[in-house]
Amino acid sequence: MSVAAHEEQDVLLPRSRDEAIAAFGTGAGITVLGGGTILMPELSAGRLKPDRVLMLARAGLDEIRENGTSLVIGAGVRLADLGDAPEPLATAVRRVGDPEIRNQATIGGNLCASPGPDFPRGDLQAPLIALGATVRSAGSGGERSEPVEDFVTGDPSARLVLELEVPTGRWGASASVRRPHAHAYTILAVSASMATDGSDLRLAVTGAGPHAARLRSVEEGGLAGADPERALNDIQPVDDALASAWYRQKMLPVLVARALSELKEPA
Amino acid sequence: MNLTINGAEYELSSPPLATLLFALREEVGITGPKAGCNQGGCGACTVLLEGEPVRACLMPLAAVDGASITTVEGLGQPERLSTVQAAFHQEYGSQCGFCTPGMITATHALLERTPSPTRSDIEEALSGHVCRCTGYVKIIQAVEAAARGEVAEESALPGLADAQPGQPDVVIPGSPA
Repeated sequence: MSVAAHEEQDVLLPRSRDEAIAAFGTGAGITVLGGGTILMPELSAGRLKPDRVLMLARAGLDEIRENGTSLVIGAGVRLADLGDAPEPLATAVRRVGDPEIRNQATIGGNLCASPGPDFPRGDLQAPLIALGATVRSAGSGGERSEPVEDFVTGDPSARLVLELEVPTGRWGASASVRRPHAHAYTILAVSASMATDGSDLRLAVTGAGPHAARLRSVEEGGLAGADPERALNDIQPVDDALASAWYRQKMLPVLVARALSELKEPA
Repeated sequence: MNLTINGAEYELSSPPLATLLFALREEVGITGPKAGCNQGGCGACTVLLEGEPVRACLMPLAAVDGASITTVEGLGQPERLSTVQAAFHQEYGSQCGFCTPGMITATHALLERTPSPTRSDIEEALSGHVCRCTGYVKIIQAVEAAARGEVAEESALPGLADAQPGQPDVVIPGSPA
């Protein structure tokens, strides 16, 4: 197999956050390229032929800073640099791809990853939702911040993600089923998090549908009364190439129970 | 765009969204990194970007403008192999050789960061590298030998030192001239 060069395309390479926001505009006709691990195979194989590509490599969106009780993570921060992120985000990051992929893939790209043809993507959405993270983005109407669960159910392609704000000082846990090789997308993964006094229980699942979903029905019971079976009130798992809906329906309450158990008694 | 590749400076004219792999193989003529799956899944194109392993087939050229790249060619020479290269040779960690450049660059990065890796460290570091010949036992033994420095002094590949770039060492009877 030979390697092909791309035809010349309109490539925008902003050198600052402001330049990136200006170049993105309303996002119309723009394809945003973060690390490139998802988009480059599409471009190289000619399956994707965008008019204008906005590359964020030099846009300076790759800083992590502490802001009181939260961590502000730039959209361009590589997954490899998130090893010390709050749990269950750090664990989810370690399960993405392999070391080389994590040296290139960015958190903004993972958040915005559109579902693949036969499988879900965006394994970091669930831990971010469980932690109560907010996403700051630019686009039509200017900059705005919103909870990750709202962002992923909207149209991420219409927004330029600038940074994520992730609360720190919480406890987190997770449970997942996946095939045992590095490049397998997660079949199903549940993330859970709560304040250190046991209040503010939050759960989310990834792998059950095209994007992650918050499990509010489970949260309502609080840590003591949470009923794992109620997760199926919040999402009806889908069939895809990785697993059947039937299997996911059986496994979702199991994983919720495991994550809650780990939250109560950390290993 | 400018790149430092194996210590030498290059000015490249490939398009900004060409992959680093394309620029290395087709423009510069450095063919250690292999074009396998071209979607980041096989590991054969792995190179070091500022010392850290990345997939050249996934890396847009414009993202590495001005950076320093090391390929397997930059780690040792046929007449003077690096410890990792010599260990792969000594421990039979290579069969057809297609995955070997990726395995070796990833191993260099691992040992730079973790000089005494556990078996689990090695498996994690090579988790994105696929060998379709035979398996991973010899490869992991090679990494362990390199980490322990248990590599024979004689670390040149006999016959390869005289090979000319781009010319096969062995001419298969009946193959086109």
